[in-house]
Amino acid sequence: MTASTADLAQRGATSGVRGTLRDRLQQFLAFASLIVIFAFFAVVSPDFLNYGNVTAILFSTVVIGTLALGTTFVIITGGIDLSLGTGMALCAVISGVLIVNSGLPMPLGVLGAVLFGGIIGLVNGINVAVLKLPPFIATLAMMLVAQGLALVISGSAPIYFNDSPNYSKISTGSIIPGTNFPNAVLIFAVLAVAAGVLLNKTVLGRYTYSVGSNEEATALSGINVRGWKLVIYTLAGLFTGLAGVLISARLGSAQPATGVGYELQAIAAVVIGGTSLSGGKGSIVGTVIGALIISVLNNGLQIMSIPQEWQNVILGCVILVAVYADMARKRASVS
Amino acid sequence: MNSEHRSTPNDDRALLLQVRGVAKSFPGVRALEDMHLELRHGEVLALVGENGAGKSTLMKLLSGIYRPDAGQFFRDGAPLEITDPRHAQDQGISIIHQEFNLMPDLTVAQNIFIGREPRGGRFLLSERALNARAEELIGRLHLPLRPRQVVGGLTVAKQQMVEIAKALSYDAKVLIMDEPTAALNDAEVSVLHELIRRFLRPDTGVIYISHRMDELKAISDRITVIRDGHYVDTLDTASTSISEVIALMVGREITGETRPVGVRTDRETVLTVSGLRTKTLLKDVSFELEEGEILGFAGLMGAGRTEVARALVGADPIESGTISVHGRPVTIKTPADAAKHRIGYLSEDRKQLGLLLEQDVTANIGLSALRERFQSFGFVKTRAMRATAAELVDSLRIKTPSISQTAKNLSGGNQQKVVIAKWLVKDCDILIFDEPTRGIDVGAKEEIYKLLNELAQRGKSIIMISSELPEVLRMSHRIVVMSEGRIVGQLAADEANQERVMHYATLRPDENPADAAELGLVEPGGTDPAMTVGEK
Repeated sequence: MTASTADLAQRGATSGVRGTLRDRLQQFLAFASLIVIFAFFAVVSPDFLNYGNVTAILFSTVVIGTLALGTTFVIITGGIDLSLGTGMALCAVISGVLIVNSGLPMPLGVLGAVLFGGIIGLVNGINVAVLKLPPFIATLAMMLVAQGLALVISGSAPIYFNDSPNYSKISTGSIIPGTNFPNAVLIFAVLAVAAGVLLNKTVLGRYTYSVGSNEEATALSGINVRGWKLVIYTLAGLFTGLAGVLISARLGSAQPATGVGYELQAIAAVVIGGTSLSGGKGSIVGTVIGALIISVLNNGLQIMSIPQEWQNVILGCVILVAVYADMARKRASVS
Repeated sequence: MNSEHRSTPNDDRALLLQVRGVAKSFPGVRALEDMHLELRHGEVLALVGENGAGKSTLMKLLSGIYRPDAGQFFRDGAPLEITDPRHAQDQGISIIHQEFNLMPDLTVAQNIFIGREPRGGRFLLSERALNARAEELIGRLHLPLRPRQVVGGLTVAKQQMVEIAKALSYDAKVLIMDEPTAALNDAEVSVLHELIRRFLRPDTGVIYISHRMDELKAISDRITVIRDGHYVDTLDTASTSISEVIALMVGREITGETRPVGVRTDRETVLTVSGLRTKTLLKDVSFELEEGEILGFAGLMGAGRTEVARALVGADPIESGTISVHGRPVTIKTPADAAKHRIGYLSEDRKQLGLLLEQDVTANIGLSALRERFQSFGFVKTRAMRATAAELVDSLRIKTPSISQTAKNLSGGNQQKVVIAKWLVKDCDILIFDEPTRGIDVGAKEEIYKLLNELAQRGKSIIMISSELPEVLRMSHRIVVMSEGRIVGQLAADEANQERVMHYATLRPDENPADAAELGLVEPGGTDPAMTVGEK
């Protein structure tokens, strides 16, 4: 008995290692694709690989990436958040109203905008976790509400931050002396690390995976699933608020009519990064790589003078390939 | 109704767990009316009752998911009010539910300690401490698990072990297991029983819910029978016969066993399979199926029985081998091809693969023959379909208020009959039943057996895959035993018995260590036909 048990445990151990290797492989695949795409553009376009352009790519990753970080948590629970894009526009408008129209000090205005994002997320959370609406419906409704509110509050006109020049510096300024490396990229890096720690090292992260893996079982294990879902949706909302600040600072204005479409790009980044829409699986590293793949593609295709319309076609195909590769890998690992 | 219950001789100590007069109603349903249960220290108390008797409701009350309308719980003599699942665990009551409550994407250690993760600070988790604690627990219980294994990749039996480890990690005193063996083979059941015996101490007890009557004899000290939300009786296992228990469960005596009826010797061979091989598991599977025959497929979990069925109906690709129907070789690439050759497969997973749960009985019965029988120019012939459904509901004795009832509202046995009806409409000659009575209560099982016999008598040829050996032995004209993807033995009904079938099932067709030996129960290499498997 002991011998065969030990033998079995031994075999179990190797299969366990194989499991984690497989997860690594997925991230490696995404990372390898990023390198391949990057190398491709570097070869075919002389204007691609230089400090200015690489900085531009990173810069353009920030907004989608920030939205994607927050929604990674939501998607791992098996949910979805469609209100990211217009929620972001609404938070940008709130920031404008607080700082420009009400004359609040900038830090307070920023804080207000981010917290407002949290409130959007909390409302989503209440709809999903307490009122048990399907996440798709709850956040679709919130998407429309946020879009409308952004227009109502701003009177359908952009709010310009002309009187507070420091606001733009949040995104475009550079705290690294002697360079013009944008702060927004640094902020994004800090947010990504924070999100990674939250997801991998904290109870919040563990329960995020747990809920997505088997919600009922998690509840029966004595975990307050409803409460944690509220926290997770609120967290996604806070990231939405941060994205609203970052995008309005970058543009120097809050554009109430923008935002639609960002949520899909953010979800695409998460999916390309290997997070499963059915929940339980995913990683922050994957999401960051996914966001980078999207902006490298957009940037490279632009440099090659490929029209915007075709860029979307190509992005769509990339999503299909990424998800198909993920499924093929899973099927291979089953047999 | 039957609320007077036999007072059992008490020892001096208070009972480990007592349920007294508990009632619970849901809108329109009285799930429990007068429930009593007394768990003594150091015993295994079996809880039996037909589906719908109130077992699940009682479990949910004990785990704090529901609150009782009336009655009380006592733990070691003190009144106990269970407020939520966590509270139940804190009170030393751990429940292993029938559907496992595991997170497939998390590791063994993460699953065991979910909700009680060791922290390495205020917010941060300590993965190392977590794995060390899991290692210690697993070692103490002698389980063949590793803390870092991802649970989704484990076999059902090992997932069950994770459940048990989780339950025991709460320092459980009362362990409640709901149908713990539903998905286990006999060798694995013995391992489970061994674990239960190790768990028993003077200050612990187990409530064991099962449909498998033979197991109750093996593991329980006493048996409590409940029926229709009422306590019926508690019996000492040693001095009770299984038929006595079943009689109490159903409220009537089940007379005689349905036995396969004799078949003519000049039967035609309906299906010939030779050299069937799949990429994943099957190797050189060859057998014949005769008209009007019930051919039982026995074997341990993972032996390849379901895979044979799936390959036959084109659900899984075949690598090599031939299938002949009525002597003519056929190519079956999809379940639609199989249906064309009148082969129907009734999957072991009724709910996921066999039924449209949200649709009514008529829609389910008409589904597979919709194109051939119930349409003209693309429009569904509703009246014809309803007439056929009504006819089959009648002839198969499907208990449903109407043919417009939604499938999910039927009991397990009646759902199974709806699936059978679906394939009868299709006019299939060859019916493959995969675990036809899984999760069905005793009375309904008899109904299914009767139905199988009737079908065979009417000339249908039946392959019956089952993990319940007594069922295979009782129902089959011939028995095919599989192990590790091969057919290792074929037995006629009169030469088959439990020991012989298990002997073949644990044979190793090649040099790989056998499944049973893996679990440390069967001496590897044993060839004695009378060798006992498990602890029957």
